[in-house]
Amino acid sequence: MSRVTHHADITLRINDAEHRIQVDTRATLLDVLREQLGLTGAKKGCDHGQCGACTVLVGGRRANACLLLAVAQDGLDVTTVEGLAHGDDLHPLQAAFIAHDAFQCGYCTPGQICSAVGMIAEAGEGWPSAVTGDIANGPPVLDDDEIRERMSGNLCRCGAYANIVPAIAEVAR
Amino acid sequence: MRPFAYERATDAGAAVAAIAQPGTMYLGGGTNLVDLMKLGVETPERLVDVSRLPFDRIEERPGGGLLIGAAVRNSDLAAHRAVRERYPLLALSLLSGASGQLRNIATTAGNLLQRTRCAYFQDVSKPCNKRLGGRDPSGCPAREGDHRNLAILGHSAACVATHPSDMAVALAAIGAEVHVTGLEGERTIPIPGLHRLPGGDAQRDTVLERGELVTAVELEQLAPGLAARSTYRKVRDRASFSFAVVSVAAALEVDEGTVRDCRIALGGVAHGPWRAWRAEETLRGGPATPERFAAAAEAELVQAQPLRDNAFKVPLARNLITSTLASLAGEPA
Repeated sequence: MSRVTHHADITLRINDAEHRIQVDTRATLLDVLREQLGLTGAKKGCDHGQCGACTVLVGGRRANACLLLAVAQDGLDVTTVEGLAHGDDLHPLQAAFIAHDAFQCGYCTPGQICSAVGMIAEAGEGWPSAVTGDIANGPPVLDDDEIRERMSGNLCRCGAYANIVPAIAEVAR
Repeated sequence: MRPFAYERATDAGAAVAAIAQPGTMYLGGGTNLVDLMKLGVETPERLVDVSRLPFDRIEERPGGGLLIGAAVRNSDLAAHRAVRERYPLLALSLLSGASGQLRNIATTAGNLLQRTRCAYFQDVSKPCNKRLGGRDPSGCPAREGDHRNLAILGHSAACVATHPSDMAVALAAIGAEVHVTGLEGERTIPIPGLHRLPGGDAQRDTVLERGELVTAVELEQLAPGLAARSTYRKVRDRASFSFAVVSVAAALEVDEGTVRDCRIALGGVAHGPWRAWRAEETLRGGPATPERFAAAAEAELVQAQPLRDNAFKVPLARNLITSTLASLAGEPA
């Protein structure tokens, strides 16, 4: 009979770098990124999947890192906001957020940007949303209503939405 | 969070064998379970991760239906071509639930088996029959407390919780079977029929036996005439990323002004998705008129037993059913 253990050795590929780490089975991906690996871009807001501040890309898809057990992500690719820029060349969404002044305090911004990266990829795959008129046909056009609906998992307590939507729209269209 | 052991199941048989050990739970996407573990509502000693079992495909069935693997993510199901074309109400129900991030994580089986968001169930400092079963003599605090968004149909003295899934409501309207495997072998359970009413045993959300693992959900073929006029409409407190106050999944087949067939299921009103059998009976074979739609809604909702602060759900459901059917009847097929 195997000894009961509450730790596990896992491998995560984060921003193209491989990390072999031991994690407490209770640790979320968010806690491992922030506390063990020093990647503090993803933020802990609500810690219940309701605010989106912890959004990262797992296997290229946006996900709430606060609800993912790190142990269950063994072997997967993770991209955080730290992995979006190439050196000093910002990701287009990062540049657009600056150009449009799409934040005030900035706490939700890494999640907003990672979510927008995933969202634009989803629309590129032709995924419909709840406000897409004809869900069976036609590629969705990312107008402001589509962007608002698809980004509803990211809250901004400063209320910078009026600039977040145009920043995303500039890159999405 | 209480410490727990973790293992990843290599196949369904191993998962079922592993669950036999007391204190063990299955882990799918975890969007609900991990949250409940943080809240102390769930305290497993061991998790068996079934999210990477090979149940991640959507297959055509000979009779025209679809077989959806239990681990298919909500986002993939909503985006699937056959779902969008042949079961638009199912795609719409999924897209109206949660957020883009959560839909990327949440699985088909996990969506069905998610727990109620009743505030008392999620707060370990409060009594709750669903969380504590018969061990709590103080009963259900929601009956006299905060129940604005709880059940109006089929509730009991023990529990007035609602089931939060949108997807399950569409499945109840379409007609589906859940494929499960357990220590006693394999079986199928119909939807509606998977979720039970609370009665005197509020702890059990479904008829699943302990340890049974959902492996797939099989959709019946939805007649093209029904699919062409089908939708999911959801009333909620804000326009997106919010649970239903009341929702309806509906499909209507109209021929020369007569209702040939129809499907109606309600969400946000009961312990599970509520198939509106009485409303359907009222409609079939009759004229497709607003008066008949209102009469059908009334025939269903006459069973409602609203609580002090959720009586508004009765006219809300009536109006939602009536207007949804009217808009379906008015749309070109």
